[in-house]
Amino acid sequence: MSTRKQHIVVVGNGMVGHRFVQELLAVHSDLPAAGIELTVLGEEPRPAYDRVHLSSFFSGSSAEDLSLVEPGFYQRPGLTLRLNARVAGIERRRNTLQLADGEVLAYDKLVLATGSYPFVPPVPGSDRPGCHVYRTIEDLEAMQASGATSASGVVVGGGLLGLECAKALRDMGLRTHVVEFAPRLMVVQVDEGGGRILRSKIEELGVQVHTERNTVDITDGATARHRMVFADGSWLETDMIVFSAGIRARDELARQCLLAIGPRGGVAIDGHCRSSDADIYAIGECASWNGQVFGLVAPGYDMARVAAAHLAGSAGVSFSGADLSTKLKLMGVDVASIGDAQGRTAGARACVFTDELKQVYKKLVVSADGKRLLGAVLVGDAAEYGTLLQMMLNGLELPEAPEQLILPAPDGMAKPALGVDALPDGAVLCSCNNVSKGQLCAAIEGGAHTIGELKAATRAGTSCGGCVPLVTQVLKAELARQGVAVNNHLCEHFAHSRQELYHLVRVEGLRSFAELLARHGRGRGCDVCKPTVANILASCWNDFVLKPEHAPLQDSNDYFLGNIQKDGTYSVVPRIPGGEITPDKLIAIGEVAKRYGLYTKITGGQRIDLFGAQAHELPRIWGELIAAGFESGHAYGKSLRTVKSCVGSTWCRYGVQDSVGMAIRLEHRYKGLRAPHKIKFGVSGCTRECAEAQGKDVGVIATERGWNLYVCGNGGMKPRHAELLAADLDEATLVRLIDRFLMFYIRTADRLQRTSTWRDNLEGGLDYLKAVVLDDRLGIAAELEAAMAQVVDSYACEWRAALDDPAARKRLRTFVNSDAGDDNVVFVPERGQIRPATAAEKQMRFKGIAVVPETV
Amino acid sequence: MNARSASAAVMESVEVSAGAGAWQPVCALDDIWPDTGVCVLLDGRQVAVFRLADGSLYALDNHDPHSGANVLSRGIVGDLGGEPVVASPIYKHHYRLRDGVCLEDPGTPLATYAVAARDGLVWLHC
Ligand SMILES: Cc1cc2nc3c(=O)[nH]c(=O)nc-3n(C[C@H](O)[C@H](O)[C@H](O)COP(=O)(O)OP(=O)(O)OC[C@H]3O[C@@H](n4cnc5c(N)ncnc54)[C@H](O)[C@@H]3O)c2cc1C
Repeated sequence: MSTRKQHIVVVGNGMVGHRFVQELLAVHSDLPAAGIELTVLGEEPRPAYDRVHLSSFFSGSSAEDLSLVEPGFYQRPGLTLRLNARVAGIERRRNTLQLADGEVLAYDKLVLATGSYPFVPPVPGSDRPGCHVYRTIEDLEAMQASGATSASGVVVGGGLLGLECAKALRDMGLRTHVVEFAPRLMVVQVDEGGGRILRSKIEELGVQVHTERNTVDITDGATARHRMVFADGSWLETDMIVFSAGIRARDELARQCLLAIGPRGGVAIDGHCRSSDADIYAIGECASWNGQVFGLVAPGYDMARVAAAHLAGSAGVSFSGADLSTKLKLMGVDVASIGDAQGRTAGARACVFTDELKQVYKKLVVSADGKRLLGAVLVGDAAEYGTLLQMMLNGLELPEAPEQLILPAPDGMAKPALGVDALPDGAVLCSCNNVSKGQLCAAIEGGAHTIGELKAATRAGTSCGGCVPLVTQVLKAELARQGVAVNNHLCEHFAHSRQELYHLVRVEGLRSFAELLARHGRGRGCDVCKPTVANILASCWNDFVLKPEHAPLQDSNDYFLGNIQKDGTYSVVPRIPGGEITPDKLIAIGEVAKRYGLYTKITGGQRIDLFGAQAHELPRIWGELIAAGFESGHAYGKSLRTVKSCVGSTWCRYGVQDSVGMAIRLEHRYKGLRAPHKIKFGVSGCTRECAEAQGKDVGVIATERGWNLYVCGNGGMKPRHAELLAADLDEATLVRLIDRFLMFYIRTADRLQRTSTWRDNLEGGLDYLKAVVLDDRLGIAAELEAAMAQVVDSYACEWRAALDDPAARKRLRTFVNSDAGDDNVVFVPERGQIRPATAAEKQMRFKGIAVVPETV
Repeated sequence: MNARSASAAVMESVEVSAGAGAWQPVCALDDIWPDTGVCVLLDGRQVAVFRLADGSLYALDNHDPHSGANVLSRGIVGDLGGEPVVASPIYKHHYRLRDGVCLEDPGTPLATYAVAARDGLVWLHC
């Protein structure tokens, strides 16, 4: 018999418990070979999920989206995950634990990762129905159910979580209040001046803030479900209440088996995350190190790494505390707190900048000698967070006039960023995942040359995303230093990126490839730069693509205004806006298909594709379709494809808006718009989302009060959920924002870059996109709208234009010197239609065996 | 000698690769817009004829062996490293216009043909 296995049991499958398993597997990828049996016991009904982004559940993320566990992760030898398995007690003398259902398990080593529970003040009535906490997916589901029958809601607690929760209530359409015991919001992270600005910003967003209110009783209300009575005798009525008054470590198991407990609760641990019992570790929010508990995930991840290393036998790594600096966006307001934000260090001096008009508050806390940064508070604009954090963490010497770090730069010019070269290799740039500059540089050297690759290789920037601007700076600096040519040149003919060429075309008013090539390129051009430039010219000026100067630039698809197929034939797709079509038009399509013997298929974009047309047949097919009232569907272009819609409020008993009407209007507005890649829209008439708008580049979802706009989604090879850009818009605003969004994408994306990849690589991420599109941070909104107006106003059906232009029409032939068709195009019947013959089938035919069905 | 080859005899300056065969007019020069190609059907054979912006003409097989489709005349022309090429519209293989060699798969070059412009007509030697 082999030697006995070591049984490690983890209690809790939350963020940190799961990370521990990953860390242990990183050391021992083959658990049986390492003699380890690992059992994870989780109380919740589902495996670990991303609690940090829990609120996104309200903006459309599903439980699956939030999951941190890749499918199959726990199905490996030596590893067992048991859900709905709460541990009820630990018997340390026997090294056993007991589950709630009475089952007893033995352990050799035990890891407690039980997290925290939300603290609910012991107020009479706090257990009434409609009173909630905010910690698990089940909590959120319960809040959603309450919210559906409520008109108002109160959050008790004005800390970080409380404000996030207030946003969720407001997004549910409730009149929202925040009740805070302290004299200001976010007492832990923000000082008085910052708290004031934060409060006025949040009140501006329609959330009422009540500070210095101590709830003493909750009873039946007169105008709403509950009445909250405060110590000063005042009261507030509300339909639902969420308590977010802080968290407490879940140390009940440890208390019951008499482990040492920290002064503020939590299982007391040493630098190796060991409790007072050498066989029991504690990590994450349930642990107390040096008398401190940490309510953030990054220190918990660090503990998971340390505990896994120690269990695997290396005593070299230890946990040594954590920096609690945070940056977040609360209801669209940037808030950041760095180091000693309150200026508690002896001799600390502050430097404050307040702009009550723009509602910005910034404070630096500087050491007594004025040389080092100790802390900072930023409210309303936290752009300097990354720079200041690194200065504080690495003790970098402050510049001569430190106030320059937070003062607005003249003329909106960018402030000199912290040279990333100044940072030591050990500087931790991503604190969520503990990634240092040195690790980033190594990954870049190892071949990660885009921000996406770098994220995948190091996990940097994949949690809160706050470090992405700095990580990007490191990437650029490293690539330049390692001499990797940061070559964004389009091809050998242009030493420019697509974005630069777009800019040159627009600024210099260039209208042809020849002009652009003469001024900024060399050689004759190729199949990369020609279509790209043709596409840019179309985005800017929207000239007819088959003009003699543009025609040679077009891909075969754009040249023949159809989609080339493997046998060289084309498919033809007439536009069916919003997927709505009359019976007569359906019949007309059917008749054309029959007449020309075309294969027909319904596309994913709610229209009909006709396959198997040869070049010389196209003009006649188009002509017949146009006569029946159709126009080009632009299925061939890097352009707007379809606006998919559900049937909407007109017919559907759940619909709240006319999604079909909206889809048709949007499709007509953006049809023919050429872009770096194809663009798909979806419009759903209610949150059931039958049009799958969140898988589209632009998704529009009806709400009771208007339309929610989602952007940068994608189906296909790499599905990506679209993100909410703005909510409850009226139609005019919706259209204006889509104009800006699309034109910004067209202006800045790379060649053949879909909006989803563009967004993944966009420095500053969604916040930046919102700043540009919603707040016009770059001051280009009017320009973008005008550019779109030009394209919209110059729309023409390209099929009709080609038919109306004798020279262009003459070119649409299979042979220049014959009206014959290509005899290499051979079809065979299948399921009542045609399909291209295989090579073998063609050979048979050439031997005289007829395989072509006669088309009527 | 028939009338057609007699006319072609004056084109001796044109580089002629084929031995046997004859010069034939196939279309008007204006039928080919600069920097594009057309497909000529000659006795069942399909030849792609390209006219570049500098006036030069090239002719090669229209059949793209990598896709099995007759499509090369519909490819984008340009140059790679100074060498004139056409890119197949199906899988984007590049063929040198001068000698029909595929840059991605130089093994079996396409057949090329002598071609020239005369009196506003394009003449092909096949
Ligand atoms: C809405 C929200 C927003 C947040 N935002 C941020 C943020 O922006 N940045 C940040 O750093 N942190 C944030 N946090 C905090 C972060 O989520 C926590 O720090 C992190 O989840 C801690 O991980 P953990 O594993 O220690 O605890 P948890 O993730 O809570 O996991 C503990 C698990 O143990 C289980 N468990 C407990 N007792 C038992 C038992 N006896 N038997 C079996 N299982 C048990 C629990 O059910 C739970 O699943 C946020 C938290 C919330 C709720």
